[in-house]
Amino acid sequence: MSIINLDYISANPLLPEVQDAMVKAIKKNYGNPSSSHRLGDEATGVLELARKSITALINSASPEEVVFTSSGTESINHAIKGVALAHAGKGKHIITSNIEHNAVLKTLRRLMKMGCKVTSVSVDEYGLVSPADIARAITDETILVTIMHGNNEVGTIQPIKEITRITREKDILFHCDAVASVGIVPIDVQELDVDLLSFSANQFNGPSGVGGLYMRRGVKIWPLLDGGDQENGRRAGTENLIGIVGAGVAAELASREMESRVNHAKNLKDRLIKGLKKKIGDIIINGHHEISLPNLVSVSVKYIEGESIVLMLDEENITVSTRSACASGALRASHVLLSVGRDYADAQGTLVITFGKETTEAEIDRLLDVLETVVETLRKMSPLYNKVQG
Amino acid sequence: MYSKVVMDHFKTPRNVGEMKDADGMGEVGNPVCGDMMNIYIKVEDDHIKDISFLTFGCGAAIAVSSMLTDIAKGKTIEEAKKITNKSVAEALEGLPKNKLHCSNLGADALQLAIKDYEDRKAGKVRPPARPEDRHEHTHGESCKCPYCNGDVNAGLEFCSHCGKEMNDSH
Repeated sequence: MSIINLDYISANPLLPEVQDAMVKAIKKNYGNPSSSHRLGDEATGVLELARKSITALINSASPEEVVFTSSGTESINHAIKGVALAHAGKGKHIITSNIEHNAVLKTLRRLMKMGCKVTSVSVDEYGLVSPADIARAITDETILVTIMHGNNEVGTIQPIKEITRITREKDILFHCDAVASVGIVPIDVQELDVDLLSFSANQFNGPSGVGGLYMRRGVKIWPLLDGGDQENGRRAGTENLIGIVGAGVAAELASREMESRVNHAKNLKDRLIKGLKKKIGDIIINGHHEISLPNLVSVSVKYIEGESIVLMLDEENITVSTRSACASGALRASHVLLSVGRDYADAQGTLVITFGKETTEAEIDRLLDVLETVVETLRKMSPLYNKVQG
Repeated sequence: MYSKVVMDHFKTPRNVGEMKDADGMGEVGNPVCGDMMNIYIKVEDDHIKDISFLTFGCGAAIAVSSMLTDIAKGKTIEEAKKITNKSVAEALEGLPKNKLHCSNLGADALQLAIKDYEDRKAGKVRPPARPEDRHEHTHGESCKCPYCNGDVNAGLEFCSHCGKEMNDSH
């Protein structure tokens, strides 16, 4: 039986066109773009072609504003630490939100140990940051505001434009962690008016090991990696050319198919949410119901724990993700779910279901059927359910 | 990740269910920590005649409950008292490191059930569960940072006032 992958946010397949381009590059483009001979020139050619595709995907004004990195995590570290270091003379205050990814939170925690001050604004029950809260948190010392675009656990999309209106006026830099959004929903860095934006190719059917950082022209930021002059001196280290070629093709496909992919995902999301509500009682659909990533459904199943659901679905060849503390190895429930108001028990029973262009309605229906049985089985075992039933 | 024995007990758990006429009941854990276990025992002629469980938790917690009830069934009370977390984990052919606490939970629940049985037999009245045992922080309640006493935002893993890392003991 083939696997039904409904955990796209963790891993999604390389599209055939991406595979072909990468295989071709493996055979042909082993050159180093920094070399001044013909092998180097060829490598530079494919590198810049990929950069153009990324530039188009996020509607950057120029390919020079796109820097390739090793991952979304590196991009985020680069953006935040790079700004903190370059602007230490101006101030040490950074503003963020309570539902950011650990790549943001732990980077900020590191900076706090080095003397930075961080203000984290809360979100409402839908996971939305209030721009007014950001405005209130700004001080003379504030050098950076970092807020994510689409949330990777509940899907909510933040009002980035309204926030950058504030930061632009106050002359404060803005970084957007758009890892869960780029390639999934249209992202226009000029319209959003961000200074820095992080993304990763493995979120849109590209390879792992390739991330990118958009840096608006003129933004003062230090490199994270020092060394050679790659990426215009902004990110040293020989480029992961094979991966970047794959990322470029994946970006080109995502741009071209954006509308149909979004519509396909919306249809699946709608079907999944309706099915969940119909088949399974006592659930909570997390996140904003409209301003949200179309490829993600977060559902808290009351009275049972997420890892056991994941294991039972896996037995039926269906993969989904959970944010339960037991599964993640963390000792506490997800900070995102607690922030949107789930209690500890409900947070433990939360599944994150993500899908993509290859996902079919039949696969969603199969998940719904199996999940109904799994939930019933686990609830029969649950002391929490037993108490509610009396 | 899990051994075959663990997966077997997880997929087809033995002795599931509440026991309405139990002679002893032990309840451990709470949802804050991610798992909760109830063990029920029926005792006849000093033997555990019947035993069952209800568990909210991960695969390991369910497998531990199932294996534990299998081991304890038919044992005398004295024999059952000797069942430890180690013996349950061994019978399961090992548990991942971060799941060993699940086996502690199982052994504790059984010992509590036995104590409850003995207390009832001795005519002792059980004290009602203290509300403070149920450490269920819900949204809206704010905890204090143990380092600087500032209000801790539940969404953060670190104190936004002093930067100290938060852990479960707050």
